Amino acid sequence: MSQVAVVTHHAHEETSFWRKYVFSVDHKVIGRQYLTLGLCMALLGGATVYVIRWQLAWPETPIPLTSWVPEPAMYDGQLDPSFYNQLVTMHGTIMVFFVAMPILLGGLGNFLLPLMIGADDMALPRLNMMSFWTFFTASAVLLSSFFVSGGPAAAGWTGYPPLSANPEYTGVHGGMNLWILALALEFASFLMGGVNFLTTAINMRAPGLSFFRLPLMVWMQLTAGVLFLLSVGPIIGGAVMLLLDRTIGSGFFLPERGGDPLLWQHLFWFFGHPEVYVVLLPGVGAVLEILPVFARKPIFGYRTIVYSTIIAGVLSFVVWAHHMFVAGIDPRLAMPFSITTILISVPFAIMTFAMIATLWGGSIEFRTPMLFTFGFLITFLIGGVTGIFNGSAAVDIFIHGTYFVVAHFHYTLFPTVFFAGFAGIYYWYPKMFGRMMNEALGKLHFWLTFVAFNLVFLPMFVLGIGGHMRRIYNPLQYDFLKPLAPVNQFITMAAVALLLSQIPFILNFIGSLWFGEKAADNPWRANTLEWSTSSPPPHGNFATVPTVYRGPYEYSRPGAAQDFLPQTQPLPTGAAAAGA
Amino acid sequence: MTTVSIEAARVGERIPSGKLAMWWFLASEIMTFGGLLAAFVLRRFAAGGWEDQAAHVSTRIAAFNTLLLVSSSLTLVQAHAAVKADQRNRVAPYLLCTIVLGLAFLAVKGYEYSGEIAHGFTPSAGPFWSFYYGLTGLHALHVLAGVIVNAALYVLVIRGRLWPRVQQRVEYAGLYWHFVDIVWIFLFPLVYLS
Amino acid sequence: MGGWFPENISSFGAAIDDVFFLIYYIVGFWFVLTTAVILYLGVRYRRRAGHPAAYVRGDRWRELSWILIPAAIILVLDLAIDAAGARVWESVKIHLPPGDVHLIVTGKQFEWLVTYPGADGTLETADDFVANNELHVPVGRDIRVTLRSQDVVHSFFLPNVRLKQDALPGRSIDVWFNVNKPGEYELACAELCGFGHYTMRAKLIAHSPDEYAQWVRDHEPHRTAEAPSA
Repeated sequence: MSQVAVVTHHAHEETSFWRKYVFSVDHKVIGRQYLTLGLCMALLGGATVYVIRWQLAWPETPIPLTSWVPEPAMYDGQLDPSFYNQLVTMHGTIMVFFVAMPILLGGLGNFLLPLMIGADDMALPRLNMMSFWTFFTASAVLLSSFFVSGGPAAAGWTGYPPLSANPEYTGVHGGMNLWILALALEFASFLMGGVNFLTTAINMRAPGLSFFRLPLMVWMQLTAGVLFLLSVGPIIGGAVMLLLDRTIGSGFFLPERGGDPLLWQHLFWFFGHPEVYVVLLPGVGAVLEILPVFARKPIFGYRTIVYSTIIAGVLSFVVWAHHMFVAGIDPRLAMPFSITTILISVPFAIMTFAMIATLWGGSIEFRTPMLFTFGFLITFLIGGVTGIFNGSAAVDIFIHGTYFVVAHFHYTLFPTVFFAGFAGIYYWYPKMFGRMMNEALGKLHFWLTFVAFNLVFLPMFVLGIGGHMRRIYNPLQYDFLKPLAPVNQFITMAAVALLLSQIPFILNFIGSLWFGEKAADNPWRANTLEWSTSSPPPHGNFATVPTVYRGPYEYSRPGAAQDFLPQTQPLPTGAAAAGA
Repeated sequence: MTTVSIEAARVGERIPSGKLAMWWFLASEIMTFGGLLAAFVLRRFAAGGWEDQAAHVSTRIAAFNTLLLVSSSLTLVQAHAAVKADQRNRVAPYLLCTIVLGLAFLAVKGYEYSGEIAHGFTPSAGPFWSFYYGLTGLHALHVLAGVIVNAALYVLVIRGRLWPRVQQRVEYAGLYWHFVDIVWIFLFPLVYLS
Repeated sequence: MGGWFPENISSFGAAIDDVFFLIYYIVGFWFVLTTAVILYLGVRYRRRAGHPAAYVRGDRWRELSWILIPAAIILVLDLAIDAAGARVWESVKIHLPPGDVHLIVTGKQFEWLVTYPGADGTLETADDFVANNELHVPVGRDIRVTLRSQDVVHSFFLPNVRLKQDALPGRSIDVWFNVNKPGEYELACAELCGFGHYTMRAKLIAHSPDEYAQWVRDHEPHRTAEAPSA
């Protein structure tokens, strides 16, 4: 059968600096823009951690290095209780919406999706560009809320009314409205992105790339996209309602105007729970790509993983009230939601076991991406099993609103963003920037982060069991919390270590741009399509559109000349295509 | 070795990208309005109906507005038919009708709001009114967005530019406009008739 | 591990702690086992010359059963956990006893107002009185509390009783508990309610029934003239 060369049509006219580097429609540029902005916001999110943790450890002393922060936020280093609440709020908001999503979806997703499916770009490149600049605007709006009178939002990242709906309860006026606006813009940005991802993956796959030959990262990005598209609607409605309550005197959530505070919680968590899977799945996707490459064998149970992901995605829509067991819902609703919550642990257990089974019989090389992958597996495991405590309504009576919950969700969110996400950054950095990151610094970064992270969050379960409430400016007000003060101090010191542990990464990320070893097309000897083109890929990604002959995980296949078989490597001439 | 264009060689492009993207977007919009309507229905049911507040909306005005909106969908269907028949000169008048009818809807809505506010039925007049303004206001914003998009298309059509792309976009704009219409078809009985 | 819990003085506290420990032992076992497997596999299958990887795709039932059977076991254990928890949840949150003593606790920024029925034992009568941030109860009696809020969402949290329930404005939500040891304990707010959230501390004081009756007599309206406002 004669081969077919597929050509792309590109008008390579000269573009201005602005069109090429700033308002680029090239998904690779946009992906790097999202990644960079997400990492910068992570620095800010980390800065809030420093102040919050220091306050918790030594509540009645000034916080070092903060005397430059003006009143009324801080009084020569002494933290104002209202500003503490504002920092806590902004920490959550920034980390979930302005770090996790841009790094995992905007960054890795945007950069990889067209490459992994053999496309020259996204289906809607200008929409892609608009989505990034909408996100940029959202970030600017959020940051501006620090500088308005009254300061930024102070009702937690969950923004429960009436605290959030009536400015008199917090003293925050414009800042809270800006928070709502920033979130609305962020939702719009990722709506645009989600629409683009799904359209691209359905319409622009290279010849031979059927759905079950897609890399699992693509499946994860798509599932995340569907979850986001279908879950964000109610909270957009809720955000509109909250803004109206704050501005035109409506009464959606305020009882004195006939409203119901619980309505917000339902709307928020109906979105909020699928949202945590929107953030989780791309991280899992990165791990699923890295495992086969560094173990040199196929991912275990490809279809099982796909089906588990879909089941988990569907279930994620019917668990939301496990955030509301003691919120004032009818207690009889607790049991159905406990059951659905406990059920959702099953597909995730299957996925985790499949990832572990991939290691069996492998030939494992512990390069930095693989180290971070192991770090993900172990820490996410803790996150997953501690979810069982929270999902049991009876236990939740005690641990709701305590540091047990905080520890649990940090053991799920941090692994996906900072273990899996970093794994992905180390792994795809050569493809994104054309250089290799420094391996020694990478290993140092891993070990410091892994140890420090566990020293921060493992003791936090102890705080939770002790009944330590969340969002508390001064725990020493309570006799029953005084014995836990040494634990808080230990956690704070570990948190400072965790923050400092990121320095090797910052140096490595920036330094390698200029001093890193130039990257070959396929430094990891991997199969997926992005590795069949140059590092970084040219404009248009591929010289000719690739044709796909097999699935993505043909490593160490018996009879093959090498221990990897790229998806685009043609079948041996004359041989019948054996297996997918 | 034969060469094939990228579009022909792609796997699975059965629905054009613009249309597919519009459907995904509408799926999300369904969840937005669906969430709001569900909240409205459940709250109203739990609170005992809010009939005393709901009695003060004008079913006549809303029925007239329904007529306007449905007619605008019909004219947009005609515009789309003209597009498919490649009859460029018939597209513009139908598009213009759609725009005018959409603007008329908004004008009537504005008249309706001003009347209600003058009578003291502001958003703070009660929970029913909160949902009334929230639901119809968000819907009106969507109508406005649609009017703007349709107007931009109209300009492209009468200037005779980018005809093949305009053909596609009339269809996508039509999908959006019909969706906005359908939201109203749900909104109207739930807010005005019950 | 048990030592980290606040002292349990509640009739249903042990039941809640028991569900906690049931989960703890089950997930603890799985965590240790799985982590051991991960570490073992990482060491056993590290890259060594002359040991190529095995081409195992995990698409046959024989192979998949290695992950599906453990997953099935986990499902069964999960359901057992739910069943154990359901019984406890029912007794704490669904089947509320009528209560020997009935109090109203109203949260507001930033204190707990406790309304006592006074000597006539009935709420919303003239001899009701309010104490700020002091929840006095008799030991060994079912205490029924109606939770309210004057402003934002607060959360009524008695760590030693293992009881938590959000208090919402515009709603009255009932909880119950039974203290089995006299002494002074704490009530905290567990839902962010403003800049003074951390100060919303109250005392829970459990008296013997006789002392409690005496305390009520000592604090009636003819001594402190506060009528409640709901």
